[in-house]
Amino acid sequence: MAVDVVMPQMGESIFEGTITKWLKKPGDRVERDEPLFEISTDKVDAEIPAPTAGVLKEIKVNEGQTVPVQTVVGVIDAAGAAAGVPATAKPGKESKPAQAKLAAAEQPKPTPATPQADGSSESTNAPAAPPAAQTKDAAGKDAETEEDTEENETEEEEAEAPAASDGHHVRSSPLVRRLARENNVDLSTLTGTGAGGRISKKDILSAIASGGSQQKAAPSTRPAAPAAAPATKPVSAPAPSAGGAAAHVTLETAVPRERIYFGRYEVQPMSVMRQRIAEHMVASKRVSPHVYSIDEADMTKIAAMRAKAKAEFETRFETKLSFMPFFLQAAVEALRAFPTVNSSVDGNNIVFHREINIGMAVALDNGLIVPVVKNAEEKNFLGLQRAVNDLAERARTKKLKPEDVQESTFAITNPGTFGGLMGLPVINQPNVAILGVGAIQKRAVVVDDAIAIRSMVYLTLSYDHRVVDGATAHQFMGKVKETLEHWSEAIL
Amino acid sequence: MPQQVTYLEAIRQALIEEMDRDPAVVMIGEDIGVYGGAFKVSAGMLERFGWERIIDTPISETAIIGAAVGMSYQGLRPIAELQFIDFIACCFNQITNFVAKSHYRWGAPVPMVIRGPSGGGVHGGPFHSQNPEMYFVHTPGLKVVYPSTAYDAKGLMKSAVRDNNPVIFFEHKFLYRRIKEDLPDEEYTVPIGKAAVRREGRDLTIVSYAAMAHTSLEAAEKLAGEGIEAEVVDLRTLLPLDRDTILNSVKKTNKLLIVHEDTRTGGIAGEVAALVCEGAFEDLDGPVLRVTSLDTPVPFSPPLEEYFLPNVEKVAAAARELAKY
Repeated sequence: MAVDVVMPQMGESIFEGTITKWLKKPGDRVERDEPLFEISTDKVDAEIPAPTAGVLKEIKVNEGQTVPVQTVVGVIDAAGAAAGVPATAKPGKESKPAQAKLAAAEQPKPTPATPQADGSSESTNAPAAPPAAQTKDAAGKDAETEEDTEENETEEEEAEAPAASDGHHVRSSPLVRRLARENNVDLSTLTGTGAGGRISKKDILSAIASGGSQQKAAPSTRPAAPAAAPATKPVSAPAPSAGGAAAHVTLETAVPRERIYFGRYEVQPMSVMRQRIAEHMVASKRVSPHVYSIDEADMTKIAAMRAKAKAEFETRFETKLSFMPFFLQAAVEALRAFPTVNSSVDGNNIVFHREINIGMAVALDNGLIVPVVKNAEEKNFLGLQRAVNDLAERARTKKLKPEDVQESTFAITNPGTFGGLMGLPVINQPNVAILGVGAIQKRAVVVDDAIAIRSMVYLTLSYDHRVVDGATAHQFMGKVKETLEHWSEAIL
Repeated sequence: MPQQVTYLEAIRQALIEEMDRDPAVVMIGEDIGVYGGAFKVSAGMLERFGWERIIDTPISETAIIGAAVGMSYQGLRPIAELQFIDFIACCFNQITNFVAKSHYRWGAPVPMVIRGPSGGGVHGGPFHSQNPEMYFVHTPGLKVVYPSTAYDAKGLMKSAVRDNNPVIFFEHKFLYRRIKEDLPDEEYTVPIGKAAVRREGRDLTIVSYAAMAHTSLEAAEKLAGEGIEAEVVDLRTLLPLDRDTILNSVKKTNKLLIVHEDTRTGGIAGEVAALVCEGAFEDLDGPVLRVTSLDTPVPFSPPLEEYFLPNVEKVAAAARELAKY
């Protein structure tokens, strides 16, 4: 493979050099660091060593010529050279062992299903370094050839894009690498917006908030007992990015693991998002004693208002009119009246939040995410509707930022969207309550001792009985119900 | 009823209050008695406390410190003044080999305070503008304190006098009469060894002390207008360093800039950077940067001194670079 030989920069203020003598001619063999040519500059005359072993293929700048530093003066054909030796001019190459490991760990290989040395198929999903390193040792010559090819690709890439993450040397920072490690994010799949294209804290947090880089599932049938490294290895929860005691959760099985594997089956490792959901649900149930309060509200008035205003609302404000802002507003009223329900628990302390930030559970095709409507208490109906639509849109298109999914003080979820009459949701930590909204259905109800048909909705409040008692919960729900049933705010 | 008090006046109040409170407290130094002190810190105190407790000395820093050590062995709690802290070099041996090691070596505690005006920015030239704190931060057996506000100056002085360890108390002369604030009438102290978060922020942490704490806050205000929110931590005590406050702040913002008026090489920025690498490496999202004075003696020429010292724009520029990284 061709390696460029360049005019070196001999000092900070030196910008050009003259080739005074070539010590080898095209066709000659040269060893690495063997003197290859002599130069003369303003400050110093020097012998310049060959950057790599090989055969001098071409001389591009002749004796007597003066060229700027970094100009390619010759080319060495380094076929069969030791892997991973770059031309000296290339910026940012690490020492060889580190580079080999990086190359193995972070290559976005075109064929993910390449069978690895040990025959296990979860290599595409488990942290890449150990199995790939095995491959490097085991495969010997193959590995070298692989890396040579990578070198070529890298050289071409680097010629165009300085410092862009090229999968070999991904610029990040200790913090970013730790977060990537803890959240199983492959850095080489991210684009950096930091200086020089590096992956910054913002970038990794965005990636984590959007569910992390999705690893491909590797379907396989495995009749043997799972003695080998399991795909469902327990993973510790990602540590929060700033302070606070992490609730480390190990995902356990309730029966001995062998009992899960029988007959024919297919193992799919959990995506990062799924892992985090699983860990959160376990932790939430373990930490908060869940109690449920169920109520129903007559939505007839609101349903009629919405039906009447929908067309004009959507035309005038260019955004969809749903039922969500009604529920958000009702929740805000109730949270104002019962601040305990807007709190968090820290050991023996109750943390009363002054803002009302309401998370809304949004179903995604592969999981769920809870973007947060911040300062709901300061938004009017239109503001709430816009926030809801914007967050839902960005949740579905994976454009949420870290701050969009943080700092909630309460949450609302809609089992009704999928037809459920009512749901008993899990509290979104570190909140102490969550409101479940069922499907809005016409039902026969008793009004003034007569049967009437009304649009009704079941509302459930899951609450943390450490700090929210039944009386508060039921009164809270009463306030929600009252706000909904006597809706007075104009929405247009 | 709170009263507006300058940094210098706050120190003066602390000295008077501590001398009122404990008859063992005495002051010793050049021109502190009859003259009332080169900066008038002890004006009127000779009249109030008498010549046995406000002691004028010849021009010999070694004698001042040596005598103070001896006094402390006899049960007194001396406050030794160095007229300009630059002269501390003259009594370096007394401080490092006697003051700092007396308790360790002979079981003889030295409950004294060494205090004096320090720092530059006042066109004082090389012998009246230095920041020699690091020679003493490097000496085990001492405590080193360097407040930035009038409130802290008073509270820390009281703590220093009451501390049974020797405390070197640096007073920034630039701040002496330039800053003032409301001080409570009630008795209060400020603990030695605790830094203060002067301003909360999310994007980067600026660690600083003394006059530069104010420069850093000004820079932070400027940066806020550009959308960069800097957290400013005022060390207040240099030895022992408040490791926890520093690390917690870096863990929160993930970027660190250290600003000090002391010269660059061997300044406390290196120490803080090493601490952070040891304690919060995986929380760093960028290199640790520092803005300091240049590695030269303090120039006398005003434009040169300005070039030598850190200032708001230099701090803001470094912070911008770090925020962008």
